[in-house]
Amino acid sequence: MLLNIKNLHVSINGKEIIKGLNLGVNKGEVHAIMGPNGTGKSTLAAAITGREGYEITQGEIWYKNKNIIGMPAEERANEGIFLSFQYPVEIPGVSMTNFMRTALNAQREYHELPAIPAGEFLKLMEEKKNLVEIHSKLNNRSVNEGFSGGEKKKNEIFQMAMLQPSLAILDETDSGLDIDALKVVAKGVTGLRSEENAFIVITHYQRLLDYIVPDFVHVLFDGKIVKSGGKNLALELEEKGYEWIKEQYHAGS
Amino acid sequence: MENNPGTNILDEVTQGDYKFGFYTDIENDFAPRGLTEETIHFISAKKEEPEWMLQFRLKAFRHWLTLKEPEWAHLHHRPINYQDIIYYAAPKKKELASLDEVDPELLETFNKLGISLDEQKKLTGVAVDAVIDSVSVKTTFQDTLGKHGVIFCSFSEAVKNHPELIKKYMGSVVQYTDNYFAALNSAVFSDGSFCFIPNDVRCPLELSTYFRINAANTGQFERTLIVAESNSYVSYMEGCTAPMRDENQLHAAIVEIVAMENAEVKYSTVQNWYPGDKNGIGGIYNFVTKRGLCKGNNSKISWTQVETGSAITWKYPSCVLMGDNSVGEFYSVAVTNHYQQADTGTKMIHLGKNTRSTIISKGISAGKSNNSYRGLVKILPNASNSRNFSQCDSLLLGDKCGAHTFPYIQAGNETSIVEHEATTSKISEDQLFYCNQRGINTEKAIGLIVNGYAKEVLNKLPMEFAVEAQKLLAITLEGSVG
Ligand SMILES: Nc1ncnc2c1ncn2[C@@H]1O[C@H](COP(=O)(O)OP(=O)(O)O)[C@@H](O)[C@H]1O
Ligand SMILES: [Mg+2]
Repeated sequence: MLLNIKNLHVSINGKEIIKGLNLGVNKGEVHAIMGPNGTGKSTLAAAITGREGYEITQGEIWYKNKNIIGMPAEERANEGIFLSFQYPVEIPGVSMTNFMRTALNAQREYHELPAIPAGEFLKLMEEKKNLVEIHSKLNNRSVNEGFSGGEKKKNEIFQMAMLQPSLAILDETDSGLDIDALKVVAKGVTGLRSEENAFIVITHYQRLLDYIVPDFVHVLFDGKIVKSGGKNLALELEEKGYEWIKEQYHAGS
Repeated sequence: MENNPGTNILDEVTQGDYKFGFYTDIENDFAPRGLTEETIHFISAKKEEPEWMLQFRLKAFRHWLTLKEPEWAHLHHRPINYQDIIYYAAPKKKELASLDEVDPELLETFNKLGISLDEQKKLTGVAVDAVIDSVSVKTTFQDTLGKHGVIFCSFSEAVKNHPELIKKYMGSVVQYTDNYFAALNSAVFSDGSFCFIPNDVRCPLELSTYFRINAANTGQFERTLIVAESNSYVSYMEGCTAPMRDENQLHAAIVEIVAMENAEVKYSTVQNWYPGDKNGIGGIYNFVTKRGLCKGNNSKISWTQVETGSAITWKYPSCVLMGDNSVGEFYSVAVTNHYQQADTGTKMIHLGKNTRSTIISKGISAGKSNNSYRGLVKILPNASNSRNFSQCDSLLLGDKCGAHTFPYIQAGNETSIVEHEATTSKISEDQLFYCNQRGINTEKAIGLIVNGYAKEVLNKLPMEFAVEAQKLLAITLEGSVG
């Protein structure tokens, strides 16, 4: 199993947000995580990627046969965990070229590889830019600065393509995208999909799942996975909304 | 993030160590501790100066005695005991005909600092004047420069060999009466660099002076004079370091620049004097007066500084825009960490018509430091159609440091335009995590973000310096996040 989360509890400032979550992801799989706002989807992503301030009070996160709790965020990244941020942050003055080269070389250094030659790097940039249909002069623009909402999301997928992760978590990469941008994002993901990697796609809408067909759909509610199923579950959610899940959940508990 | 884990991180990245803190054991000639007229006679005699130079010093000294240390800056330090300082320290061997005669310890010192005084191993296109404590030990490439009529030598040599030029220009931009530290420097200055670019010459090499304080208990008081005649151009760089010591050492320098018609002078500084330790013990007190006079029409002087060192920095590289259409620029990055304090900025004095000035100041504060921008833009009534643009940004790392902006604007006519913009920002925990998530550790991330923030200024530095400055920014903030 690539990722195996067992009985995970996560608190922020002493308030428990994830309350005993289990999730197993194998190589080659795409898992969709759906659920209403504020149920802990981004918190789960933060816990997996090792963000500080997210206190794991119980449970284990196994990734590539290692319990990664306590592992620094950059190490997890270099081990192949990638997060496409729900809200990508701007870094003024740092060009995309410089940023990506630093990131790629950090990864290579971690794996005891020499820094990537400049020419090869620029070729790679061009190739991946085409993949996500970024035609603007991305290279000299500062990271996410002045990017439109759609450009920011495409830029996340571009970075994913550059870094070739084993486990990619897409946190609402589809929100706010028009249909064309959505297709581009989907194309980026399908282009990368292989038997060697896996995706966790966090989304509100089943729309994206028309393009990235998931193997499993999970419903996250109140910090727990309350329902799992195949891709049809997404369609059912689209149709009926989340109310019935809430009702079922409250009736059960 | 509400719980702000970033603050701890920031506390840790600013714990880096000073990389130039070694001391070299070389034999020295010292002046007796303290400052009296005798000290000045001693220095002047050591340097075998002509009578007019001695008189200049004495006049400055007598004036200094009537002055009080300025108190208006946003700086706090223990009182400086001017009688407890050694005003002259020189490596014993002198009058060097070739590099072979330089004390090998000294050469090693400069090698450790990454500065080669060996012309065979030259940095491409850079001539160096190396000043250790009170004297210049070696100036490279004098022959090459001489062919173009460029004079680049130590100030002492210039006093001997070019007295007419020194008499004409020394003190013409920064009078000894200018301020407390200028008066002190004028009385006791020991060495420094002189450069003169004749009419119509574009200086074929970058010129640079490297200052090193080595001896204990001494002050460093150097003086630099740059004269660019009509239609000439020169790019000049200045670097400096000092050993790590528990006591504070005083550095009070003067830099004067004169640019004649159509001349352009670019002056770049990477200031990395020892900043003191994490607890604020030791470090250099850096009180410097730098001023350029755009004397001729269409002349241009630009100051670029990267200030990372010193326990205290008090420094306002300024331009007096006398010639019509003359241009003054000030690009500054000032980083303070731990208990460092910086009060730095510029003065742009517009006298001529259609004069233009640009001020870009980037302050970066970490630890428990204090970083102030202080700038004056003064447009005189006759300076019609003049323009100034000022941008003063502050970046805070952590919440125990301070950033302050003191802009003074005096617009004396209706046809001129003065624009001032200021921002304050923080490195956010979101930015750091974003970098971490891409595999970049926090220390590297801070270096990346800070260099991005300072890019506009770093881009103005000559290539050789820009790379060094970028590394320095990262090192200075090492340990401010972890
Ligand atoms: N830094 C934080 N401090 C306090 N509460 C937080 C923080 N981040 C998220 N939360 C809370 O945790 C809950 C889950 O948030 P989040 O994981 O962002 O939900 P989702 O991504 O499912 O919309 C919400 O109630 C939110 O208010
Ligand atoms: Mg979310």
